[in-house]
Amino acid sequence: MRYEARIEITHLPGIADPQGTTVERSLPALGYDNVLQVRVGKSIRLVIDAPDEDAARAQIDEMCHRLLANPVIEAYAIELTELAAAT
Amino acid sequence: MSARVGIVVFPGTNCELDVAWAVERFGGTPETLWHADAELRGADAVVVPGGFAHGDYLRTGAIARFSPVMEAVARFAAAGGPVVGICNGFQVLTEAGLLPGALQKNAGLSFLCETVRCRVETRRSALTALAEPGRMLHLPINHFEGNYVCDETTLRRLRTDDRVVLRYVRNPNGSLDDIAGICSEQRNVVGLMPHPERAAEPLLGSTDGAVLLRSLLATASERAAVA
Repeated sequence: MRYEARIEITHLPGIADPQGTTVERSLPALGYDNVLQVRVGKSIRLVIDAPDEDAARAQIDEMCHRLLANPVIEAYAIELTELAAAT
Repeated sequence: MSARVGIVVFPGTNCELDVAWAVERFGGTPETLWHADAELRGADAVVVPGGFAHGDYLRTGAIARFSPVMEAVARFAAAGGPVVGICNGFQVLTEAGLLPGALQKNAGLSFLCETVRCRVETRRSALTALAEPGRMLHLPINHFEGNYVCDETTLRRLRTDDRVVLRYVRNPNGSLDDIAGICSEQRNVVGLMPHPERAAEPLLGSTDGAVLLRSLLATASERAAVA
């Protein structure tokens, strides 16, 4: 099966997010006074071939742990969508 | 005997010549190690210099840690060999798990290129063996991701084990506990954001990096003599 994965990488709670903080300060400067919080993360999309969803998830989880995210400062969430079989 | 210092070069590293020049100036023998090399060719010490290893893609140091040379560096470090990561090299060593914590974007998102004052906090490291604690050093910094972070347990351990090697006198980047450099449990692996090799000759405005580089060479020679 083929799956598309969207991996969202965010800062762990308690870890400073200098980009988020800077954007949070910039938006009110443009007049958007009602923005209360901004966090900036990273989004990775990949397509993977795997026997089933669990296998795909397990493998991507390992990839996140080993390379795509830094577990010391980052958290990640994986969202999988099954792609239609290639014709 | 002159200590052999292996200088790791990744695609995107750009401080290797400065480090080689400084090593030579203080009596060491520099040897460039390409990132695809699987061995350290008899180095008595290893320096991972600054730059943008593998373009800093994904995260600083994230790709570099998978280069073949890093396995050899990890083995060398585990055997007690002195390893120093400067700037991007510090980032590589944290990603490789040779030092705890991580380096985040600077608070305020400014790229910093200036000379800062740092305080030597301990003599017990491969990089500070000859420096008195409390000594102030003027050292250049040149980074966007120098904001050291780690969890509370790690910070407590770094403090109680006397593993903070250098602290900024005035924190330029938001670094936790003013940390400019730390060492490993065995004290042979050191990472720091300032560039001692750029403060190694009066023409450069400071010679305060000399005591650090001399410490590294002394540690390396000592080890070479025993081996």
